[in-house]
Amino acid sequence: MKTLLLVLLSALVPSSLYAQGAAPDTLVKTVTLEVVELIAKDRDIKSGNRAKLISLIDEKVLPHFNFEAMTQLAMGQSWRKAAPEQKKRLVSEFKTLLVRTYASALSAYSDQKFDFRPLRAKPSDTDVTVQVRVLQQGAQAVPIDYSMEKTTAGWKVYDVMVGGVSLVANYRTEFNNVVRDSGIDGLIKSLDSKNRSLEAAKK
Amino acid sequence: MKGLLILAWFSLAGCATTGEGDPRDPLEGLNRGVYKFNEKVDDFVARPVAEVYDDFVPREVRDRVRNFFGNLADPFIGVNNLLQGKATEAFDDWSRFLLNTTFGLLGIHDVATDLGLEKHNEDFGQTFGRWGAGTGPYLVLPIFGSSNLRDGVGLAADMVTDPLGEVSPNRARNALVASRAVQTRADLLGAGRILEQAALDKYVFQRDAYLQRRRSLVYDGRPPREKFE
Repeated sequence: MKTLLLVLLSALVPSSLYAQGAAPDTLVKTVTLEVVELIAKDRDIKSGNRAKLISLIDEKVLPHFNFEAMTQLAMGQSWRKAAPEQKKRLVSEFKTLLVRTYASALSAYSDQKFDFRPLRAKPSDTDVTVQVRVLQQGAQAVPIDYSMEKTTAGWKVYDVMVGGVSLVANYRTEFNNVVRDSGIDGLIKSLDSKNRSLEAAKK
Repeated sequence: MKGLLILAWFSLAGCATTGEGDPRDPLEGLNRGVYKFNEKVDDFVARPVAEVYDDFVPREVRDRVRNFFGNLADPFIGVNNLLQGKATEAFDDWSRFLLNTTFGLLGIHDVATDLGLEKHNEDFGQTFGRWGAGTGPYLVLPIFGSSNLRDGVGLAADMVTDPLGEVSPNRARNALVASRAVQTRADLLGAGRILEQAALDKYVFQRDAYLQRRRSLVYDGRPPREKFE
């Protein structure tokens, strides 16, 4: 009886709200396919318009990432040493860097075929791994694993593993080295100058 | 002669190491030197050639070339699977080789994948890892790039068992080895661009990615979870 009620209720929920409650694997599939299709159709992006690609990612992909969690995990123990204002800067600089990186990854792999694996998780789980595989001719498929956490605003990605390489873990040594040598402000500065140089290289 | 080179390597490494290094990379000073050398080779030779190949050879042809070399690798991928106790996978690899060599026209078509026999990624470094060998120190090898003591020994075994080693005359063998190298480098162009974008310190980023990647491969994509402190 309760399920029936839920089914009836969910039918009344507008579709935009429905996306928020979507299962994590469905979410990854829908967003990936939508973005890849938009890129394939867009002549500007195909011919190398970075700004347009980044704004597409901003709009479609970013809402599903938890950048604060990603920054925190990448910082490890140094996170606690940062003041609230520094934390805010770190998250925003790291976000800019990740979006750029994601943009180049997408343009490198967008014409490949994807294999969306069925989710192996219990309905009650709040921390899951969604597995996608990028298929390529004559080589082993590359697994992409999205670590996702259930929040009040829907499922959010907090790490991406490509071919067994965790993006967040990979930044950890780099971040710790910079923090050790030049402190939290040094890290903010070096992220900022990295972002600026990428910005400049684009033009 | 080889012994002398290795000796020189380690004595150089002795001078190059600094106090606050990463415990996984005690030879960082030396490794960074080799890394710089490799980057130069890549800037002036390997990447330009790979870019020309990527720009001028149609994708369809590149796929055939990749399949061809991939097929030649499958028998020893099977041997490594067998050495790791994975008989089913080994059987799949050898079936792949038979199917692709015949119906796939000497391997240029990967018909086995279409039939549900997936391609695997194995080598001797992974086999040693599966047997319990630790990685040893991280190493950057000239030309070959990221490695470690275990995978370096593995690489030597891979080279001894490389089917292209059997090809004669030497000119034909060298041409095949060179084509495979160009193909491999071309496939890494995308990853190289991502590395340029993503890394604050390319050396560190690449090293950590290599170590994570190899660990994942040793466990066939399901490594025991490492604790995030």
